[in-house]
Amino acid sequence: MKVEVDEPRCVAAGHCVTSAPEVFDQRDDDGVVDLLDDAPPEDEHERVREAALLCPSAAIILQERDGPA
Amino acid sequence: MPEPKALPFSARDAECPFNPADELYELQKQEELPRVPVPSPIMGEFEAVELTRFQDAKEAMSDPRLQMGFVFDPEQPRTMMNQPGNLLNYNGADHRRLRRMLTSAFTIKRIRSLTSKIEEIVESRLDALEAAGRGADIVHEFSTPIPTLVICELLGVPYEDREGFQRRAKIGLDVNTTREEQIANLGEMDEYMGRLVASHRRSPGDNLLGTVVRDFGDQLSEDELIGIGNMLLVAGHETTASMLSSSVALLLQNPDQLAVVRDDPDAVDDAVEELLRYCSPAIALPREAGEDMVVGGQEINKGERVVTSLLVANREIPGAEGDLDVLDVRRTPVPHVTFGYGSHQCLGQQLARAELRVALPALFNRFPALALGVPEEEIDYRTTSLVFAVNKLPVTW
Repeated sequence: MKVEVDEPRCVAAGHCVTSAPEVFDQRDDDGVVDLLDDAPPEDEHERVREAALLCPSAAIILQERDGPA
Repeated sequence: MPEPKALPFSARDAECPFNPADELYELQKQEELPRVPVPSPIMGEFEAVELTRFQDAKEAMSDPRLQMGFVFDPEQPRTMMNQPGNLLNYNGADHRRLRRMLTSAFTIKRIRSLTSKIEEIVESRLDALEAAGRGADIVHEFSTPIPTLVICELLGVPYEDREGFQRRAKIGLDVNTTREEQIANLGEMDEYMGRLVASHRRSPGDNLLGTVVRDFGDQLSEDELIGIGNMLLVAGHETTASMLSSSVALLLQNPDQLAVVRDDPDAVDDAVEELLRYCSPAIALPREAGEDMVVGGQEINKGERVVTSLLVANREIPGAEGDLDVLDVRRTPVPHVTFGYGSHQCLGQQLARAELRVALPALFNRFPALALGVPEEEIDYRTTSLVFAVNKLPVTW
């Protein structure tokens, strides 16, 4: 899984941080998403999908196909 | 084309006000997007496309072509719907710029850092409830003061000003008021908030409004800062108060579910999410199509107004298991639209969650034998306001 975030779209609702705190954080100065891990391990995938589903501004873009190791 | 029906888009069932009115379920089943007349004290009656289906609501609210229906117009009198600084009066880049100035105050980290303050406020209100004795009103002693006191902390409102503050907030949300009353009330709110902003200009407080004044005061006019303060008050006060009262009323009528909230700390977060989904107390403010657009495969023309029934949308969420018309605090949380969706999704939602997660279990643990002080059918609900609420909720223990 490959994770990208579209920072200009982010509205800092905070769902990603509550869903997958190992993968997403928020910048202190404006609350915008801070991607901690763009290739999270498999046991995080479900939580990352949840984060992308809940994100109200579609700022989390997932590529599910596994890329080269 | 069917005749549009005169009904408020947040209409609730007369027998059980936690349920949407039958008409809303009917509209949900109807394929064509209906146009309905919407009464408004500020704009007079207007016609709007009504969205009742979950997917339509999400699709529309995340489409940038759908804009807020009340964009700030300096030529018009000030109302809550026409005010600089209020995020709900902005679109696109202007909205993003303003929202980014406030989001640092609502990050998960910042909200978690407020937990002990919220706990302190809740404890003080539980003491007050106990002191008021059996028969005391939950709305008066508990659900209303808690969010007000939290907002007062965020804005830096001194204790002696808090009563007037609460009164003005209540008028600001009452749809059974005239346009003149709204304009007069907002004048008072502006005057008070102006004094508060001026004091932060002199010496920025260690709170949300003080931080905004300190960090962005050079980019924001007095008017905008006043509007920001008013918005935080109105958006954060009545909605959270309503969720607290509604949750207590509901749980007292469902003792097995109350026991979950009281006895299982690990279940509280999910329970709060279910209560939010089920109560859905606030409306989504009317929007307007800025361009021709398509929702659920159907055309909405540029200039048409659009209203969304969040309450009924939360009852047919695709992929959710079980009967969504039933409250089930053990339900795996479903992604509801109680806080709206898209770029305007509620800025304060994590604060609201934090307040509910602290206050509800604390109440039921302090008073394990809490019970309704009136028969169920005598609970006084308010269904005519922009925010659904309980007027009075006497309890005993």
